[in-house]
Amino acid sequence: MNMVRNRAFALVTACCLLLIAGIASPQQASAQNFESALAGFAADSFGDTETAIGAVATSGNPLAVDVINALQEGRLLFNPADKKVYVRTAAGTINDAATGTPAADVKAGDLQTVRLNNRVRRGIDAAVGALTLLSPDAGKRMDAAKAVFKSREAGALKALDVAIAKETEPRVKRALVDARAAVILNTPTASKEENLEAISVIRERGDQEARSLLTNLSADSHDDIKRAAAAGVASIDASLQLWSAAQNMWYGLSLGSVLLLAAIGLAITFGVMGVINMAHGEMVMIGAYVTFAVQEVIRAYNPALFDISLVIAVPLAFLVTGCFGILIERTVIRFLYGRPLETLLATWGLSLIIQQAVRTAYGSSNKDVGSPSWMSGAFELGGLTITYNRLWIVCFTIFVFVALLGVLRLTRLGLEMRAVTQNRTMAASMGIATARIDALTFGLGSGVAGIAGVALSQIDNVSPNLGQSYIIDSFMVVVFGGVGNLWGTLVGAFTLGIANKFLEPYAGAVLGKIAILVLIILFIQKRPRGLFALKGRSVEA
Amino acid sequence: MTAPLTRTLDRGATIFLAICMGAAILVPILHLFVPPSSAFHVPVYLVALWGKYVCYALLALSIDLIWGYCGILSLGHGAFFALGGYAMGMYLMRQIGSRGVYGNSILPDFMVFLNYKALPWYWYGFDHFWFAAIMILLAPGLLAFCFGWLAFRSRVTGVYLSIITQAMTYALLLAFFRNDFGFGGNNGLTDFKDILGFNVQAQGTRLVLFSVSCIALALGFFICRAVITSKFGKVLVAIRDAESRTRFLGYRVENYKLFVFVLSACMAGVAGALYVPQVGIINPGEFAPASSIEAVIWVAVGGRGTLTGAALGALVVNYGKTYFTSGFLAPYWLFLLGALFVAVTQLLPRGIVGTWRYYMSKRREQQAADDAEAAVPPAPPPSATSLLARPAE
Repeated sequence: MNMVRNRAFALVTACCLLLIAGIASPQQASAQNFESALAGFAADSFGDTETAIGAVATSGNPLAVDVINALQEGRLLFNPADKKVYVRTAAGTINDAATGTPAADVKAGDLQTVRLNNRVRRGIDAAVGALTLLSPDAGKRMDAAKAVFKSREAGALKALDVAIAKETEPRVKRALVDARAAVILNTPTASKEENLEAISVIRERGDQEARSLLTNLSADSHDDIKRAAAAGVASIDASLQLWSAAQNMWYGLSLGSVLLLAAIGLAITFGVMGVINMAHGEMVMIGAYVTFAVQEVIRAYNPALFDISLVIAVPLAFLVTGCFGILIERTVIRFLYGRPLETLLATWGLSLIIQQAVRTAYGSSNKDVGSPSWMSGAFELGGLTITYNRLWIVCFTIFVFVALLGVLRLTRLGLEMRAVTQNRTMAASMGIATARIDALTFGLGSGVAGIAGVALSQIDNVSPNLGQSYIIDSFMVVVFGGVGNLWGTLVGAFTLGIANKFLEPYAGAVLGKIAILVLIILFIQKRPRGLFALKGRSVEA
Repeated sequence: MTAPLTRTLDRGATIFLAICMGAAILVPILHLFVPPSSAFHVPVYLVALWGKYVCYALLALSIDLIWGYCGILSLGHGAFFALGGYAMGMYLMRQIGSRGVYGNSILPDFMVFLNYKALPWYWYGFDHFWFAAIMILLAPGLLAFCFGWLAFRSRVTGVYLSIITQAMTYALLLAFFRNDFGFGGNNGLTDFKDILGFNVQAQGTRLVLFSVSCIALALGFFICRAVITSKFGKVLVAIRDAESRTRFLGYRVENYKLFVFVLSACMAGVAGALYVPQVGIINPGEFAPASSIEAVIWVAVGGRGTLTGAALGALVVNYGKTYFTSGFLAPYWLFLLGALFVAVTQLLPRGIVGTWRYYMSKRREQQAADDAEAAVPPAPPPSATSLLARPAE
């Protein structure tokens, strides 16, 4: 905060300097002005240096920034003999300060560094501030405006007016106007009308800083101003609450979609076969390692394809984990039907083996899975910050969900799967090869876990323990949502995700999670078969 | 449970009890009075190691009681074990007094380190052994009672129950990892000094703890036998094999389940309490769902529904674990453990003791059939009793 204040103070001073300079010599050619100002640095006196700083800063010359920066970092040199000024670049070469071109005939030994003291340093800071407020780079102007908004130095008012008049970028202009309003609210001499106008500007800004600005108004201001400020605070509170709820909602949706991805395959196998697949998390992990392998191959052979590495990885992960799932079903789970608890133990054993196998093959450290360019970065939507990778994962989850729904509804396999879910014996007597359906279902569930792994590789560490961290959450989703119905899984996942994120601000991440677990345990008492339970006597069998 | 002693203790049970008591007496004698050069000498590290196994065996017994005889597969029994352990650990922490690193006579080291100003209220009373002893039974028992009351009343069964027990231990794992929970966070409780005035590290204390563990195992075994051979136990087996039918016959299934679940939790708590002074540390890792599942596999290996098998399974698997993880085979232990899970469920669903008993009963049947054939015209052989048959889900 202190630094911000200092910087803002410097900025204000600089603005004043700038204005004075601007008024005194409005029409002078900037190049000439710049060159004559530079000469001040060669005088080897602190007073002249300070004057020179002000003059250089206001010259409007594009080289001014370089010169001031060089001065600040002790790279500004002068030759005492001919009073010319030079800049030593970061690379070590010597440039003529007036032209910015390399000065070939100068020996480094002849030059002296321009000396600084604290007063001069303050002047430099001020000059840097002024240069930024009028800098050609919009981002820098924005930063300067924000700094003034935070410090609310009364002296900056005039400089701000000039900057506002010159500003063309609407975003920066907005920030400058905000800063101006903040300064006015902090100026005891401002009139009532000015104050009211400033309050309405701040009220529109509507963030946490605006709120604290309005609550910290001086106590002896006019009643109207107080009322307006109170109304402003109330309106800001309302909108802040709305945005924070929306942000929580988004985080919840994002977490929910991750849970849904991880749990949906589990729901399929559990629903159709009544099998709790403890190795499900390991299928997710294998999917993530497939992504890693695909990226390694792409890096080695054709880096240009990197952006579509995930597009390649998705079908590949589905195939690999799907085949793996069928293999597991044919060799282990097939013999354990009708004994769900034994299946649970056997698949747990499998999960230990798979984990250790991956650990042996790839090592236990995290693998580096990169993000394609279209998945990195973030954008702002009102008060929301949305990262692209989360957005893509939500879209991808919806896509997977709809695709699965389509498979279950529209294909022959889906029809047979639903038949087996509802009544295995009857399905078998109608000529459905239930053993084949079991194998394919297990393959499908594992395959979906695999593509979940591709998505999770983008937001989580790819290590042999990846699956473990999702398995309990996935179980909770399935148990909560109920079996044999994908909509149950959908509702379960998003409910848990959103509830988790709304609890987090009150209880903290860990306690929130504990609360969710306890709530699920209590919920199970009420509905032992989940939200969307299958009804009928076949369920009890 | 007022069954006559002869019914409670068949031949196998008597042998098991005899071995337990024998170990309790013989091991200290072998350690103290046999010279170290002799082949029969038991070094102190082995006493500590086998003491740990005996605690695991008691945990396995408690799991077998509910899984083997009542069909409740708890994947969260490690939670009860750890709660008992924490109760004992808290007592041991209070016995450190001002001998901690920070020399604070009121607060344990980790509380000083975490800037606690006063002792949390739930630590009151742990200065006294009797209080800790009550809590060792009460904490797991109470949790099991609340959890079981909710779960069994609403008829949560099968894999659903297994999964929410897992959620329970997972929630506790997260809670005990928190520093502000007042149980030492992820470091847990350690650096113990005294138990009942005796040095925990001392040779004599270790021998006594071993003997006490053996006696506890024998006692736990006896209680389990008493429960399962009583009329109550028959109802439990009926619940395991056909829950709905038992309910329709007029039994309050949830009460039977609740009683045996709480009893089992208390046994697990005692096992945890004896475990902690012998290994010298208790930390939240004991709550990990993985360790609870591992305990279930001990029972499966030894033989579900055979109490001696459960204890034997715990000893065998843990001996194997120690053997494998201490040598060059360490990276392969998880492969072996995983394969054990798969192989036992596939090839040896009755476990070691169950299979042995199955063969013995087959042989006896064959013998009886042969005898009958020799004497009179053949009669249909009697089927194996329900206890020996493969338990139905």
